[in-house]
Amino acid sequence: MGLNTENARTLRKLAVVAVAMFGFGFALVPFYKKICEVTGLNDLQKADTVVNTQVDASRTVVLELDANTRNELPWAFRPTERSVKVHPGQLVQITYEVRNDSDEAVTGQAIPSYGPRLAEQYFRKLDCFCFAKQELKPREVRRMPVTFVVHPDLPSDVATVTLSYTFFRVEGPTKPAAARTDIGARPAS
Amino acid sequence: MEAVHGHEHGHDHAHYPGGIMRWITTTNHKDIGTLYLWFSFAMFITGGLLALGIRAELFQPGMQVWRPEFFNQLTTMHGLIMVFGAIMPAFVGFANWQVPMMIGAPDMAFARMNNFSFWLLPPAALLLVVSFFVPGGATGAGWTLYAPLSVQQGMGMDMAIFAVHIMGASSIMGSINIITTILNMRAPGMTLMKMPLFVWTWLITAYLLIAVMPVLAGAVTMLLTDRHFDTHFFNAAGGGDPVLYQHVFWFFGHPEVYIMILPAFGIVSQVLPAFARKPLFGYSSMVYATASIAILSFIVWAHHMFTVGMPAAGQLFFMYATMLIAVPTGVKVFNWIATMWRGSMTFETPMLFSVGFLFVFTMGGFTGLILAITPVDIQLQDTYYVVAHFHYVLVAGSLFAIFSGIYFWLPKWTGHMYDETLGKWHFWLSIIFFNVTFFVMHFLGLAGMPRRVPDYAQQFADFNMIASIGAFGFGLTQLLFFYIVVKCIKGGEKAPAKPWEGADSLEWTLPSPAPYHSFETPPIVK
Repeated sequence: MGLNTENARTLRKLAVVAVAMFGFGFALVPFYKKICEVTGLNDLQKADTVVNTQVDASRTVVLELDANTRNELPWAFRPTERSVKVHPGQLVQITYEVRNDSDEAVTGQAIPSYGPRLAEQYFRKLDCFCFAKQELKPREVRRMPVTFVVHPDLPSDVATVTLSYTFFRVEGPTKPAAARTDIGARPAS
Repeated sequence: MEAVHGHEHGHDHAHYPGGIMRWITTTNHKDIGTLYLWFSFAMFITGGLLALGIRAELFQPGMQVWRPEFFNQLTTMHGLIMVFGAIMPAFVGFANWQVPMMIGAPDMAFARMNNFSFWLLPPAALLLVVSFFVPGGATGAGWTLYAPLSVQQGMGMDMAIFAVHIMGASSIMGSINIITTILNMRAPGMTLMKMPLFVWTWLITAYLLIAVMPVLAGAVTMLLTDRHFDTHFFNAAGGGDPVLYQHVFWFFGHPEVYIMILPAFGIVSQVLPAFARKPLFGYSSMVYATASIAILSFIVWAHHMFTVGMPAAGQLFFMYATMLIAVPTGVKVFNWIATMWRGSMTFETPMLFSVGFLFVFTMGGFTGLILAITPVDIQLQDTYYVVAHFHYVLVAGSLFAIFSGIYFWLPKWTGHMYDETLGKWHFWLSIIFFNVTFFVMHFLGLAGMPRRVPDYAQQFADFNMIASIGAFGFGLTQLLFFYIVVKCIKGGEKAPAKPWEGADSLEWTLPSPAPYHSFETPPIVK
């Protein structure tokens, strides 16, 4: 066998490796999702179970509620109360109201965030509209509950917690970000 | 593949078109090696100017020179250009020149593909440089191009993505070429375990490149489709995850740092024995250590992202795996020192750069070990300590080894000796200014100065001023390097076939300058 055939064989083998590794890059996506699923790392949206809720009536935590929308979502989104006072261990229900201002059905997903961040681990949510996507028909108004317990282990120096939800648009074209030229800047002009 | 066949009778004169067409159409491994090295130097100067832009802004606290958005573009482009434009092509240039000569092959296996590999690079470089002048400017997302920022930026980001695609294709083609050449075209008698260590390190590096460059291509392709085709790989709003990008990127990124250092190990392993006039200590352990480093590089990527949120078990695994790499690296450093032990050493410029490499690279290795400790890393994440660490291993590591290799082989390439006095000046100025620039960054990082920020608190002012002075000194010193190389090409003392007494690999059996076609009849290696 000549050197050229030998070289061509090596070339083909190595090219197969390169193509396979390109595929492997994409295979990392489901692989990553599976790992997160198995280890429960990304489970922001799962109902918690609460056992033995001893209400600590001697302590009051002020819960400030906040609501935002992103990605040009044509929704008006707000909590029905701006803030509530809760006792750790107490079962609390709050309500958010969302209104679709557009003439088409739109789906959104709410993502919670907490201030201070460490408060997150002391929130036990039994029910939340953020556990599922919400599809609103044209001009539909919906009131949605969040049921939760603030765990009594919440550090005693935390007197105020902000619970913030942001609704992201899920389907339909998101506005292409590349069209926004105001983000970058030209050198020293 | 015409060049591979060679002619029955050897001839010293070359057949090639004159002028620019010689370089555009060339399939000669020496010509292509030269092209790679000059391209790398041009990119080194470009990336260096961007670095000086960064240091000019950081000379004093407050905003002096640039707007903050442009500062981010400077840091991003400095990283991309130095990694993909300067360091990697320089090593490919060495591989093109040296690998065929060191294994006794007439040329690279796929000579025409070799030409394509090189000529893909200038368009990619052009895309990166021109992206500064498009609306929105170049990408400012950092050389890692992290989502979600990279999903949002202007068209400069698309140009960077295409540049990465093109450079990736070039690297993969180059690697296939190098592996095929090494596996199939060694001279009779040259068994794998008789190959010079530079050839070994490149063989392993080329495998790494083939394994991870496609993964990077996949990552930036996902970015591109997220940006323009409504996919949601990294877009949280659509159910994607920005942290996924970091995993995919660093699966490429960590082997990439070994891609940039293993050939440097190879060069140093050629230079140290030559000037210590002793064979390399522990040759086979060097080969195994190189292979171990390459294999381990695939299971440590998440140490770049200890702070993104990872279970403790994951942090411990990546911490211990990372520390494990210190073992084969330690074997290498031990062997280099043992090679010099009781050797008849002389300190010409290549040796100075290699010993300097050993000294400063080891410091960078130790700071890497410190950063591998998860709780320490959480404190030091994204501070100037990290900047100091990777410049110790990339500038004092890769770049000093490149300088060492250039001085070592310049007599073989040009047929002239370089100016030894100026070479020594180049070394001492480089190593002093390098440390002036980067040593103080350790202190800045420990004190908490974040990287990629154009302004900083008053207490960091003194060290930043020192670092900026060092950076401008280092930059000016490289003009001296340019002068030395040009002077050596133009003339100088005639170089003998083997200018270094202790050197013993095959290229030194050829006359200096190496003839345009070499080893058309393979040498017999005993």
